Amino acid sequence: MEIKVEHITRVEGHGNIVASLQGGRVEQAFFQVVEAIRFFEGFLRGKSWREVSHLASRICGICAISHSTASLQATEQALGLALSPQAQLLRRLIMNAEILSSHALHVYFLAAPDFLGLKSVMPLIETGPEVVARAFRLKKTGYELAEVVVGRHTHPVAAVPGGFTMAPEESALRAVRDKLTALRPDLEATVELWKTLEVPEFSRPTEYVCLRRPEYYAFEGGEIVSSEGDSVPVARYGEAIEEHVVSHSTAKHARWHRESYLVGALARVNNNWRQLHPAARRAMEAIGLQPPCHNTFMNTAAQVVEIVHCVEDSIALIDEILSLPLQEEWEPEVTARAGEGVGAAEAPRGLLIHDYTYDEQGRCVRANCVIPTNQNLANLDADMRALLPQLSARTQEEVQLRLEMLVRSYDPCISCSVH
Amino acid sequence: MAEKPRIAFFDFACCEGCQLTVLGLGEPLLKLLERVEVVTWREAMSERSDDFDIAFVEGSITRDSDIPRLRRIREQAKVLVALGTCATLGGPHVSANNCDRGELLRLVYGGEGAQFEAGEVRPLSAVVQVDAFIHGCPINGDEFLTVANHLLLGKAYHPPSRPVCHECKLNQYECVLDRGQICLGPVTRGGCDAICTSRGSQCFGCRGLVDDPNLNAAREVLAEHGYTVSDIIGMFDIYSLRSPAAAEARETARQDRGAIEKGAEPWRSR
Ligand code: SF4
Ligand code: SF4
Ligand code: SF4
Repeated sequence: MEIKVEHITRVEGHGNIVASLQGGRVEQAFFQVVEAIRFFEGFLRGKSWREVSHLASRICGICAISHSTASLQATEQALGLALSPQAQLLRRLIMNAEILSSHALHVYFLAAPDFLGLKSVMPLIETGPEVVARAFRLKKTGYELAEVVVGRHTHPVAAVPGGFTMAPEESALRAVRDKLTALRPDLEATVELWKTLEVPEFSRPTEYVCLRRPEYYAFEGGEIVSSEGDSVPVARYGEAIEEHVVSHSTAKHARWHRESYLVGALARVNNNWRQLHPAARRAMEAIGLQPPCHNTFMNTAAQVVEIVHCVEDSIALIDEILSLPLQEEWEPEVTARAGEGVGAAEAPRGLLIHDYTYDEQGRCVRANCVIPTNQNLANLDADMRALLPQLSARTQEEVQLRLEMLVRSYDPCISCSVH
Repeated sequence: MAEKPRIAFFDFACCEGCQLTVLGLGEPLLKLLERVEVVTWREAMSERSDDFDIAFVEGSITRDSDIPRLRRIREQAKVLVALGTCATLGGPHVSANNCDRGELLRLVYGGEGAQFEAGEVRPLSAVVQVDAFIHGCPINGDEFLTVANHLLLGKAYHPPSRPVCHECKLNQYECVLDRGQICLGPVTRGGCDAICTSRGSQCFGCRGLVDDPNLNAAREVLAEHGYTVSDIIGMFDIYSLRSPAAAEARETARQDRGAIEKGAEPWRSR
């Protein structure tokens, strides 16, 4: 049986599935990334420190805030800039906003149709308008939260090295807080919807990698941890993550302890579930996600859990921000200097690293970006090789759909991975 | 009832943020979907059809091997809309054109770079005729709806020709130049309602130059505020506002934008 899916749909960017199964034996199985290269690491060189995060955000339209956050951290470290406590809270808030809207997009628009036997969410506009309205509400509220804090979800405006050009308005924060609390019935309905879906059975233990902070469920900063019981500081990511070029893909692959590892919602929930908001832990139990979960199809379930976490945590963060008088934010004074810095964020799809060197004028002379989807590609290929033999009794069409579902459960962000 | 116009979305080299901005519209998008039929949108749906009237195309062309796909879209579409600055002017990665391709490939992929195809970053209009331009990195969602409404009524859409400064001053935002920052608002095409300066950030020029920009005057204003020529050129280089490719794209845009006036409500002729 030969499978070739060219430009798989309902994912971000361009990739193909190539697989061949002969008499129950996998001859080949891989995900081929055919996205055009934009060379961010090339043209960031020569750009000044203030321009770098503006550009870095444009690596990805879905996870622009993550790129911006990792980029800002790297620049701040290189230039020796520190964030105020309020700015730190605001950074966490916009990370939540992005994870919420990105996961809502994936759960409802990209992944769910497979489980419902649909080719897209479009038919639901007529047959299940309340589901579509709910999906848009979740996604849009994430957008609105980002708008309140940084002006725009794609691409953020007000987040700059050292802080923010402007603080959000108190009334706007209160208004978006009301919208977040109004999402609670939608959160319940999302968990209920997931419970009705039939998730393919599959299990392949692998290495799970994400950021961790002692104080809270980390979407930025902290250190890099592996389920193999190892950890490294973000600045020494190079000792852990080994990126390598494979010929079938314009996106590089990566490994650490094992031949491959997984990043993203399932890796975070597997490693850090104890730090989830209690409501999210309840959702996790209701869904039947038991860490450590080795079924990659459950990555989408882990996203449902994180949607609950992000909504509840954002409400708590807004309360914390408003518990003190709101401080003005102002474009920080920065003196250019030479330096190096590494920043890290948990993008919706997993660990993201930006690593820069600046010269004395504050111009970037070296940039390296490690993207979540790249780190997942080797793991995806390994999952495909493990899954295929279990499908040998099925029709070509069924096998193809199952492989597409596997790819989609990774929620790959392909243009991001090639950058 | 008359048949609904069939629309399709496509993307080339870009971040897909402009498509995302459309998906993020929520209610207004659902309203629009009542009036059109979306037949192809790879990012959002698995259904696809080559029979469409209006194509929204996002992204720039960086590989010759992508050109046939764009040409097929052009042949099929009655109206082709360039969606976002990648498509209209090349986008944020256009400054890769200032570097040598071979060196870039070596930088990213080491000795294994030569196997990958990479070429000059070009806006869509460098390859095919474009009927309507929606600038912005990303686009402004309201402008997208305005353009869609124009097209559905068979009217031509002209991007605003006022500078960002105009919108910024109308809104009475504090001028960031006075705060000691470079701002490209004086020469950048408006239509974004000065969203960046509204938040105390500067304008980076993402919508490209206005039709008749006075670059020298802008340079003088900026120099008055204490910027060196190289600072300013750095800003202009982000979206390659000075490059011949950008100038050419602007010229093509000027010539092409009458195109859809010739065929009012083009899909009705089906
Ligand atoms: S114009 Fe900007 S936001 Fe739109 S696709 Fe290109 S890079 Fe992304
Ligand atoms: S901030 Fe920029 S756009 Fe606004 S008035 Fe000043 S120069 Fe013009
Ligand atoms: S203010 Fe300038 S950079 Fe910002 S969206 Fe408008 S044109 Fe683009």
